[in-house]
Amino acid sequence: MAKNTLSSTFRKLDIDQYNDDLYVEESGGESAEIAHQGPDEAEVNALLNGSKAEEALKVVLRNAPINAKGFDVKDKAFALAMKCMLAIRTSEMDALVQSLEPELVDTLMKYIYRGFESPSEGSSGHLLAWHEKAFAHGGLGSIIRVMTARKTV
Amino acid sequence: MADIHSFGVDPVSCHAFNKDRSQVAVALNGNDVAIYAKDQVGWKASPIQTLTKHDLRVTSIDWAPKSNRIVTCSADRNGYVWNWDGKTWEPVLVHLRINRAATYVRWSPRENKFAVGSGAKLVSVCYIDDANNWWLSKHIKKPLQSTVSCLDWHPNNVLLATGSTDFRTRVFSAYIKEIEDKPEPTPWGARMPLGQLMAEFPSGGWVHGVSFSPDGNRVAWVSHDSSIAVASAGGDKVASLSLSGLPLLKCLWLSPLKVVAAGYDCCPLLFEVNDNALTFVTSLDKQKKTEAGGNVSAMRKFRDMDKLSLDSGTAGPDIGTVMTTIHQNTISSVTVHSNQGDKVSKFATSGVDSKLIVWDVKALEASLGSVRLH
Repeated sequence: MAKNTLSSTFRKLDIDQYNDDLYVEESGGESAEIAHQGPDEAEVNALLNGSKAEEALKVVLRNAPINAKGFDVKDKAFALAMKCMLAIRTSEMDALVQSLEPELVDTLMKYIYRGFESPSEGSSGHLLAWHEKAFAHGGLGSIIRVMTARKTV
Repeated sequence: MADIHSFGVDPVSCHAFNKDRSQVAVALNGNDVAIYAKDQVGWKASPIQTLTKHDLRVTSIDWAPKSNRIVTCSADRNGYVWNWDGKTWEPVLVHLRINRAATYVRWSPRENKFAVGSGAKLVSVCYIDDANNWWLSKHIKKPLQSTVSCLDWHPNNVLLATGSTDFRTRVFSAYIKEIEDKPEPTPWGARMPLGQLMAEFPSGGWVHGVSFSPDGNRVAWVSHDSSIAVASAGGDKVASLSLSGLPLLKCLWLSPLKVVAAGYDCCPLLFEVNDNALTFVTSLDKQKKTEAGGNVSAMRKFRDMDKLSLDSGTAGPDIGTVMTTIHQNTISSVTVHSNQGDKVSKFATSGVDSKLIVWDVKALEASLGSVRLH
């Protein structure tokens, strides 16, 4: 019988590391320092409790930890973003998306797609409404940037 | 406004015109390069010559206007320089020394050398060795970290801009000391040994197209995050513009301050550079919108279905498959057709829909009202 020669499990060595022009993805640029921390949880929660969810979402988007290395900072920021997005009613989305700068719409789109990845009870329907509004404002370009971006949220 | 020609159904991978634009060399997504001669309208139905030598898909063609030589490169990792001997095009193999597909080739402005980008994470700068009548190559390697997808020569014949899938646009020196005199200093820098990195700019996605401005002091590039960007010599400030549409694939300077770019959205877009900012001006393909639903005549509907070989199931109640732009699919190359001084008077686009369209700047200006393309 022929053996399965396509199997690659016998390869225990990472031979790529010995290649002198190995492609290493860089994380972060000049602004790496400022965008490491993520949004201030206390501030966002205070805004949420004061029923200023729009303000809270803007704070989260402005301080998105796109350059953070570990996933814990990003996970925390994502949880906050979800909390804010779910706290905003469909009727209020339009005005909010209109008031965002183009870069923040892109960041919002990234959080929406991340939300689709890990759905919770009733979140997807709400995120679809968000997606519709963000798409109307940012167009296909903002979805393309979600797919191409190395700086994930 | 636009001179439209269709080569059939195969996508046009790339195209290049000869000096007087009486002939065009195209690769139709295959191994061969076909040369078409001009007809009264458009191009003759069958090619006058076919250049067959490559074993895999031809990825790029460039036609040197003054010396009348064609250079082609292909996914088979080879490049050929074709010389016209009066009857046929004679190929000369170029020793590229690459182990991945060649992606893009361009003659330098003085036509004494050309540069080939490749998937081997390097650029081969090729020049002729007169003693042996043989094209030699020198490599620019560092710090390219991925496939070089596009390149463009600076008007001074020395500097080379490259765009790569490692999300970077770079300006290198491609000075070959064997064949040329020491270059004059430029705003990009004064020391220019071969392979010297003169500038490097980050981008948000794969860089698909790059272009030097007519004076060579600015470089524009388009990348896969649907953005277009411009940077100036001697500064690291990048003016970038994120678009709401699909990504652009190629860009071209029409004049010192105007850039035209096209890509997956099937229409050329015009951009303007002011100081350090980049603004979107207009789309250059403003077709009359097809009348909505009820007004489409049955005759036209069936004719369109026939043309696109659709059956009634896929065509649906209204024909959504016909785009409102002239190009019916992605535009994959944008080249200069003719120049007037340092300004482009006609430019050509070709794409996946097998069309080659020549756009006349004057006619476009007339049809767009107050918009100036120069």
